[in-house]
Amino acid sequence: MSVVTLTINDRQITARAGETVLDAARETGIPIPTLCHLDGVTEAAACRMCLVKIEGRGRLQASCVTSALEGMVVHTETEAIREYRRMILELLFAEGNHVCSVCVANEHCELQSLAADHGMDHVRYEYMNPKRPVDVTHERFALDHNRCILCSRCIRTCDEIEGAHTWDFAGRGSHARIIADMGQPWGEAESCTSCGKCVQSCPTGALFRKGSTVAEMTKDRERLAELMVARKEKKWSV
Amino acid sequence: MERLKLATVWLGGCSGCHMSFLDLDEWLFELSEMADLVYSPIADVKDFPHGVDVTLVEGAIANEENLGMAKTVRQRSRVVVSFGDCAVTGNVTAMRNPHGLGLEVLRTVYLVPEPGTQPHIPDDREIVPALLDQVIPLHNVIPVDHFLPGCPPSASRIRDFLKQLLSGTAPNRSAVQIRFG
Repeated sequence: MSVVTLTINDRQITARAGETVLDAARETGIPIPTLCHLDGVTEAAACRMCLVKIEGRGRLQASCVTSALEGMVVHTETEAIREYRRMILELLFAEGNHVCSVCVANEHCELQSLAADHGMDHVRYEYMNPKRPVDVTHERFALDHNRCILCSRCIRTCDEIEGAHTWDFAGRGSHARIIADMGQPWGEAESCTSCGKCVQSCPTGALFRKGSTVAEMTKDRERLAELMVARKEKKWSV
Repeated sequence: MERLKLATVWLGGCSGCHMSFLDLDEWLFELSEMADLVYSPIADVKDFPHGVDVTLVEGAIANEENLGMAKTVRQRSRVVVSFGDCAVTGNVTAMRNPHGLGLEVLRTVYLVPEPGTQPHIPDDREIVPALLDQVIPLHNVIPVDHFLPGCPPSASRIRDFLKQLLSGTAPNRSAVQIRFG
């Protein structure tokens, strides 16, 4: 296994060749915030929370899709990066209808936690207040588009772990939304196996178990990565 | 030390933030050593006074009365604090926004025909202030100096914030102090 040496925040670290900057940093205990990243599925580089500064490159790079290279010098916490991350979070809050106080995922939400971690004590942008539907047609689960940040974790989880590919995107820009099968109500989507992995993968309260009320929707996201490791290594532990 | 003039105001919110303020329990005695409560829904004062040092504003801007009060508060207060999620984000009060402008919302709520009722929109302007088309956070209408989120902010969060503010230090903005919800 070949190894590369790079510098992150003035610290010399080693990484496996081909590993991403994000993985290399996290393995060394250097935190980089993410929203669309989910251990066990491919990267989407959709949320831009993991942007880092790499010396010699003009633009900030998404560390989840940037390979760690020999001699690379990376900064994860510059003032500009922190400001951009906060802007991303504020824009996400302004674009959807995220009402933490009445959300099923209150206190268990990655968006809510990241906002607090990044000093977001208010949103500087105007709220868009979009009119978005809630799909409660599935027998066991529900999808509240108001809380969806289009991270695509559910799409990748359903496709890559469950192999069903029930979920996908439709629409463009602020009209983009998650759809089941060809855009029918979730309860009528024939490809859905009702496994619930998408619900576990969702960082917010957009996908939830029916019947959960405020702050009741806890998620067990590590199980998804464990499942992928177990399949690969043929090691099943229960 | 000169006693500070503290005010609290209740705009478009449920008063939960004020309930949380009352949850300060015995610390309210300590607070009363430092500050006079010169205006509040829990004090019998008619008009918002001039020369207030710190005003905590609960609630979003939902109607014309809220808007007028916010402007008065700003003119007469040295420091204005957005107190709780409704003031900070619009929160529950703003959940009507996606359902249309003011009149559409009133129609949806009041003009649903039910047997035995005579649906009409309450329109006595002397009593009921006109709704704004959209509910907006406080900082959209006046400059705000500090934000104290939470639905409601816990008593300990309010206490930590006020202790720092009244002693002249910048309030701590760590995650545990500013988390929404």
